[in-house]
Amino acid sequence: MAVGNDVVLRVEGISKTLSGKPILDHCTLEVRRGELKVLIGPSGAGKSTLLQCIDCLIPPDSGDIWLEGEKLDPHNTRKLCAFRAQVGMIFQDFNLFDHLSAEENVAIALRKVRGLSKKEAKDRALEELGRVGLARRALLYPAQLSGGQKQRVAIARALAMDPKVILLDEPTSALDPELVGEVLAVIRDLARGGMTMIMATHQMDFARALANEILFMERGKIIEQGAPETLLAEGSNTRTRDFCTRLLEMGE
Amino acid sequence: MDSLSVVINALPVILQGTLVTLGIVSIALAMGLVFGVPMAVAQVYGWPWLRRLVDIYVWFFRGVPILVLLFLCFGLFLSLGLPANPFLMSCLVLGCTSTAYQSQIFRGSIQCLPQGQLKAARALGMDDRMGITCIILPQALRLSIPGWANEFSILLKDSAICFVLGTQDIMARTSFVAARTHEHLALYAAAGLIYFVLTLVVLKLLRRLEEKVHVPGYSCSGGSMGTEGA
Repeated sequence: MAVGNDVVLRVEGISKTLSGKPILDHCTLEVRRGELKVLIGPSGAGKSTLLQCIDCLIPPDSGDIWLEGEKLDPHNTRKLCAFRAQVGMIFQDFNLFDHLSAEENVAIALRKVRGLSKKEAKDRALEELGRVGLARRALLYPAQLSGGQKQRVAIARALAMDPKVILLDEPTSALDPELVGEVLAVIRDLARGGMTMIMATHQMDFARALANEILFMERGKIIEQGAPETLLAEGSNTRTRDFCTRLLEMGE
Repeated sequence: MDSLSVVINALPVILQGTLVTLGIVSIALAMGLVFGVPMAVAQVYGWPWLRRLVDIYVWFFRGVPILVLLFLCFGLFLSLGLPANPFLMSCLVLGCTSTAYQSQIFRGSIQCLPQGQLKAARALGMDDRMGITCIILPQALRLSIPGWANEFSILLKDSAICFVLGTQDIMARTSFVAARTHEHLALYAAAGLIYFVLTLVVLKLLRRLEEKVHVPGYSCSGGSMGTEGA
């Protein structure tokens, strides 16, 4: 996991209020090339909203976003689309296009956004599906795939766009326990391959093993951040450790 | 002269009327499709003033009886000094009415799609226009086929009322022959049968279309219950 020094994505002072209730309160973070940052925290802490605000799927009330040093102007539709095309997004509930086969799901943005020919897009789609171990399922439709397979298609769809960074919004939370592993394995391979990622998750073992940094969120704020070995160290008196201990207790 | 021979003699005349009926219904349905889809999109994704505008349009054409609309249209054509062509006026009235109804069929289908579909399209860098045409509408239109088939059958029967303007459709020609021969029962039974057969054939075709564009494993048309068979 070679982490470079160049900042790929920087998010500064993101705030969001929904119907009078503050959801995000001046969140600031940056991720360098090849880094995996993991967002943890209780439900309702704002992890999902933060990730969607970074991609402007939920427009933030205030705050700035830089991708490779270039500041995003969210009111310029063309620039916003170009920004999103370079930022991969993985959703908790997959959001595959239900009327398209796995292969078409991966290929459609290549054709419509990247302007590839049908043949080029198809070849690339098959390549990416192969990368997540689904080459043989290319012709199946979302309704014919398991949850784990759907999420792997969603990852292939994001990868096909050659994203500079991928945002993963609890990618395994909607999965049956026995399917979590196959999706985490794909994400682990990406992390080892040097993909830059920000991931919200409750999978603490995964975070501990692979994250360069853990960000702990509560009530819309990032209240702790640091390397997993520091935040989760035996005897360290952090909110992160406290939260993880409680997660573990609930699991038992 | 017995009833049967009256019907047989009148058949060529009535069948010519069938072409007129089919013409009106096809044009009105096509008009509803062409304008109903963008209106539904406007109602779901449009600016507030545009939504309001569509709301008013739909409310008007759903609220006023077709018979009243036909006479209104006639009056409008007269006061504007336009040639009061019955065929044209029938197409216009039924087309505008069908646009209102069809827009609501499509709106329902668009709104029952998961929100995440457009979100995922945006996340891949598609603008809203692309997301709606490539992702939302292909799914929404599939879901609309049953409702659309319903709209066809209603429109076909509503078209009979256009005879009040002197349109030469099935109904007008039947009543013309009936008035001269006094074979009301047999002639209207024949007319009813023609409407019935037209409905049946087109509904069968739409059903076939529905099966053809059906997405494997997705929102089956009763298939999963095993009632429809394969």
